[in-house]
Amino acid sequence: MLASILASGLAVGAVYAMIGITYNTMFSTSRVMSFTAGQFGMLGGVLGSLFILRLGVPVLPGLVLTLAGCALLGVVTEFVAVRPVLKSLDQHLYVLSTLAVALLVQSFTALEWSTEPQPFPTLFHIGKGVWDEKNWLPVLACAATVLGLEFFYARTLVGRAFVAIAEDNFAARALGLPERNLRIASYALAGAIGALAGFAGAQLLLAFFANGTLLNFYGFVPVALGGLGNNRGAVISGIGLGLFQEAANFLVGGVFSSVAVFVLFIIILLAAPQGLFGAPAARRV
Amino acid sequence: MSATERTEAMPVTSLARAPSVLSRFWPFLALLVAALALPVTGNHYWALIATRAAIYWVLVAGLNLIVGFAGQLAIGYVALLAVGAYTSSVLAAGNVLPPVPAFAALGAAGVVGAVVGVVVGLPALRLRTFYFAMTTLGFATIVTQIALAWQGVTGGGIGIAGPQFPAPLNTPWGFYYFCLAAAALCTWITGNIAASRFGRALVAVRDAEVAAEASGISKPRLLVAVFILGGALAAIGGGLFASLQSYITPDAFTFDLSVLFFVAVLIGGRGSILGPLLGTIVLTVLPEIAAPLAAWSTFLYAALLLVIVVAMPGGIAALLDVRNRRPLPAKRAILPETNALEALIGSPEVPGGLSLRGIVLSFGGIRAIDGLDLDVRPGEVHGLIGPNGSGKTTTLNVISGFYAPEEGRLTLGQEALPAGAPVLRARRGIARTYQTPRLIGAASVLQNVMVGATADGRASFLEALLALPRHRRDEATMAKRARQALAAVGLGALADVRADRLQHSELRFLEIARALMVRPAFLLLDEPAAGLSTGEIKRLGGLIRAISQHGTGVLLVEHHADLIFDICDRITVLNLGRILAVGTPAEIRMHREVVSAYLGA
Repeated sequence: MLASILASGLAVGAVYAMIGITYNTMFSTSRVMSFTAGQFGMLGGVLGSLFILRLGVPVLPGLVLTLAGCALLGVVTEFVAVRPVLKSLDQHLYVLSTLAVALLVQSFTALEWSTEPQPFPTLFHIGKGVWDEKNWLPVLACAATVLGLEFFYARTLVGRAFVAIAEDNFAARALGLPERNLRIASYALAGAIGALAGFAGAQLLLAFFANGTLLNFYGFVPVALGGLGNNRGAVISGIGLGLFQEAANFLVGGVFSSVAVFVLFIIILLAAPQGLFGAPAARRV
Repeated sequence: MSATERTEAMPVTSLARAPSVLSRFWPFLALLVAALALPVTGNHYWALIATRAAIYWVLVAGLNLIVGFAGQLAIGYVALLAVGAYTSSVLAAGNVLPPVPAFAALGAAGVVGAVVGVVVGLPALRLRTFYFAMTTLGFATIVTQIALAWQGVTGGGIGIAGPQFPAPLNTPWGFYYFCLAAAALCTWITGNIAASRFGRALVAVRDAEVAAEASGISKPRLLVAVFILGGALAAIGGGLFASLQSYITPDAFTFDLSVLFFVAVLIGGRGSILGPLLGTIVLTVLPEIAAPLAAWSTFLYAALLLVIVVAMPGGIAALLDVRNRRPLPAKRAILPETNALEALIGSPEVPGGLSLRGIVLSFGGIRAIDGLDLDVRPGEVHGLIGPNGSGKTTTLNVISGFYAPEEGRLTLGQEALPAGAPVLRARRGIARTYQTPRLIGAASVLQNVMVGATADGRASFLEALLALPRHRRDEATMAKRARQALAAVGLGALADVRADRLQHSELRFLEIARALMVRPAFLLLDEPAAGLSTGEIKRLGGLIRAISQHGTGVLLVEHHADLIFDICDRITVLNLGRILAVGTPAEIRMHREVVSAYLGA
């Protein structure tokens, strides 16, 4: 029993953590929390199922097409919902504009795909029971994402430029970094990461249009707890959230596990508004 | 009013007159008459649609105060509709307790909704905007999950019957009139709040949070009151909704409904009652008259939301606001009438001097203020000058409570001023202005000034809700005093103009008018002359002197040396967070270090 709680907790936790990283990737270059993060995750499952199951594309090209599709949507988000409102960040209009894009994506999916959860294919047929691929695939994807990003940020020129923009936008621009192009690139990257999360987790969550809203919330929890822009905090909190949710699921049943997550989330945030790993707030006056 | 001002200001007064009572209410009356006449059609299908619109408005009216006025992005309000629907249905059906009458169930739903509204709203009191949006979204997802899984009470996926009201409310038109009455009542009470000091305070918290705090507005208390009202109305709407549906399942409360509510407020326009009302009607009716649209309605609402945010942030209300599109006269002068100060502030109660002793405050490793002693006496104009970064504005922020110093004492008269409590300053008679004016662009000039008197209001939220006599007296006094304040600073003719249409120099005088509403014992001015013309600076100087003659101590941070030496009784010169010199203007002018460090030879 414990083993299955751990296995499924790690699996959903990894998906939440990756959606958290998706939020962070967009936030780092634009200071915008985008509601499209969860929709990328939803589309990862839906597009994967569409390409592989419905259209019969082989697994690897199917994955590439899914990631590319969401990366494109990330770029569209930047153009349509982020750039027009960047000038007035303090008015929080981005909450509304990105929400609008997220809803467009979600309702379009509901109309053109299905309003019922659709199956997602088993990809590798490796492992059984606790070691079923639906459990280890998200963990593997999450580990690959984290390591890939660490390498990207620390070792590549473009990655370092990302970090520079995230640290100090003005200084980075003064150095001549192409801030706008880097921002577009970060939205594409976020789209791909979100899609990978949804693709890897789709055997658990299925290809379902309503997963977008769900992932928006459960993917935001690790961001809030881990501190905005803090990927390591997001991974730790995401995994923690997954394990807590599965344990609560087992102990008190499905309904009250979501209540437990929600209540715990609010209590932690009220006690530590900057998250468990975050930095204190800036000056106001 | 002087003769010159009258001629100059004439076109303004005639153009920007406050709307008459009739012109403000006729759209509501017209809607009500049309709604009352609807049964003439005899069409039960229309009764259904109109009832639904009325029920949605019961919820949106409350949500409008939260989203449109307070600017809190509550995107998952369908959750409260669900809470109200299930509470009233479960109580009426007697699943848990013995069955109660439908009206009692509806009332209980309102109470539960009020409690839940506050609980869900709690994060908004401490956290950033996006967090609140997320918690309401999270709440919306878990409420339907609970409804689905808690089968013993909610009936799970099978559902539960809604409460049935007794005759004559059990016919389509009877129930329609009942819901219409509820909707009209909601319009009235939320309209009362919108026009009260609470409504202005909500908008102030949204657009000028710092200035709101310094005016004595406590954001947590205000938001809790609005969350209670919004939650109760939403849940009562939920009870009516359950009765209209006659049978509810968790599927009835999809996120799409939340989107409808939210978009209705935003296309209506923030800070308006009529706009969101029209928005609700349009969004409810539109998918019905264009049947092919029904499936695509959420997609269309989302597209509409995007268009509004990016292209038309003012919504319907901005389209209807014809008055504020008429041009203002280009050549207008600010002519303070200092004799209006007598009626406005008289001789304010001054409990003694304002004194700072040994104040230390550092940011990171830098000591912004390093052991500052400062005394501002009642009735004096005290200049605070020094190079950039010498700690002038930081000193004002310590006095007005935005920063808590690490060491040192603040006293007003004999009593200590609590450090780091900006909300308490207005009640102690400390008012201020800001380097960059912090005003509510979307509100009228008069309303901006009235925000300054928020702490003066005696009537409670409940009295304002029902427009009881004490509230009406409050409003009349505040409006009268605000007009006096505007006359005093020379903006009387612009009272009913939207503040974001004013010139920069007018905004500086407007901030002073708002500060005067406090009847300040001490007035802190942060570079009031920045961006003013020479003539305006002269009149500003006269105004400041006149204020101080009423007994108010003025602490003036300024870079215009002429103004400082002209009007100050004493001057303190700061450098790197320490005092370089204190003395009369004549002494400071001769001070060797000051001359070499700051004034220049």
